[in-house]
Amino acid sequence: MINKEKLRIVSSCQIAKDTVEMVLENDYISKHATPGQFVHLTVDGHTLRRPISIADINREQQTITILFKIIGSGTKRLAAYQVGEYVDALGPSGNGFQLENHSGATILLVGGGIGVPPLYNLGKALAAKGINIISVLGFQTGDYVFYEGKFKALGQTIIVTNDGSYGEKGFVTDVLDDLDFDRYYTCGPVPMLQAITTKLKGKDGYISLEERMGCGVGACFACVIPVNDGNGYKKICKDGPVFHAEEVAL
Amino acid sequence: MSIDLSIDLPGLHLKNPIMPASGCFGFGREYSAFYHLDQLGAIMMKAATGTERFGNPTPRVAETASGMLNAIGLQNPGVDKIIAEEVPFLAKYDTCIIANIAGSTIEEYETVAAAFNQTSDVHALELNISCPNVKEGGIQFGTDPDMAAEVTARVKAASNHPVYVKLSPNVSDIVAMAKAVEKAGADGLTMINTLTGMQIHLPSRKPLLANRTGGLSGAAIKPVAIRMIYEVSQHVSIPIIGMGGICNAEDVLEFLLAGASAVAVGTANFQNPFVCPEIIEALPNVLAQYGFSSVQDAIGKGVSVYE
Repeated sequence: MINKEKLRIVSSCQIAKDTVEMVLENDYISKHATPGQFVHLTVDGHTLRRPISIADINREQQTITILFKIIGSGTKRLAAYQVGEYVDALGPSGNGFQLENHSGATILLVGGGIGVPPLYNLGKALAAKGINIISVLGFQTGDYVFYEGKFKALGQTIIVTNDGSYGEKGFVTDVLDDLDFDRYYTCGPVPMLQAITTKLKGKDGYISLEERMGCGVGACFACVIPVNDGNGYKKICKDGPVFHAEEVAL
Repeated sequence: MSIDLSIDLPGLHLKNPIMPASGCFGFGREYSAFYHLDQLGAIMMKAATGTERFGNPTPRVAETASGMLNAIGLQNPGVDKIIAEEVPFLAKYDTCIIANIAGSTIEEYETVAAAFNQTSDVHALELNISCPNVKEGGIQFGTDPDMAAEVTARVKAASNHPVYVKLSPNVSDIVAMAKAVEKAGADGLTMINTLTGMQIHLPSRKPLLANRTGGLSGAAIKPVAIRMIYEVSQHVSIPIIGMGGICNAEDVLEFLLAGASAVAVGTANFQNPFVCPEIIEALPNVLAQYGFSSVQDAIGKGVSVYE
């Protein structure tokens, strides 16, 4: 269930270009969050909350980790919060990743940019269940790369940058051909998700979506997406943000 | 001192003057997980149209200074499904239900209004002639006094319920609109709907909303709402349910002083899902602090101060 909680900032640091990692302490959200869920944060001086995915959960320390990219005034203000300050959040929100995978299976994680963080939480949970993890992480340039080491600790990890300044050059879809896996999970910009779901058509997969949200609880109909059978819609904040790859029309 | 929050309006015996605004609360299901909806004076349901409507493409919302733009486009499952599934859910609660009705043609408004005759669980209709986000109907009915009067009269004739007409602020003479719908038989007014606005994303040079324009709401529009309610209340005798940027109990008192008899809270629900019960809890103290013993006592009292 979603609660309105105060989260204490334990740490906040820039880990890549324009990218901030923040560790937040809260017993309720750290206890109940599952991989793929998000928190909806209030930022001083801003009307709308910001939906930010949960990148890691530490139930012992009662913390969650979020990563966000400084893009506009809201994320700029959020990045300026100091350790010890509190952030108001609704959460844990949304439906996360389907975790039922058979032991010994191989799972492919494909992340693009600031879509990478929720996959880390997922990868950790799956690796702990004895599942093999392959990660393909795409970034604009080498300056934006983060969490390479953390993903490598989970399994084979391929870094791709658009300009080739780090890792492979190109797009995440360029390196998928030789990979063998049972199911994939992906999160990133919509064009990337379109390219991946097209390329991996027929494969069992799940996508996590981002959209501008209003209420974040399913009441305002701001973040809807049509379903693929042409009949109806889903709310990204409440029914998602994770959907089966063939469920919604990207 | 005990403060009386109750207020009686056509069709509505409100235990307190606070209700969530249409479109900001869905059909109450999501917020019922946060608090007991019995606490609310009333609930204004999301707009109902004759048939299911998907609404506009996304992005449908964008933030502005002290507010937000939305262009949802009246997405709803259609009046029949709302009566079959949503009204019974809300009827379980001890609160008034106001059904917001919309349409592209006068006939559609009539059909939707008549459909609600089959349920006595709805206490009043809110006639939405002011949605800025649909291509046809909607806003035209809300900007031309003759058209507003006609749709009001036709809906009044079709409906068994009291009819509150929701006025658009996107007009040069709000008083003319209010007088026209009062004369056509409106039982009350709700005001204001959103102000049409637009925002451009610098990197892409494109509008932030897929619909290009949207309705501005939130704290930014509160002074516009106060001014319009103040002006209209001087010229009509039907009650006004005020809305536009209300965030706290002090805002509520300001609306009452301007001439509103009750208020609706919209965008603030997105910031704080508990805002309505929090305002209801704070309101008695705010009324007492400014020398009022009841909600009724404060209505229109701003007027004499300025005369």
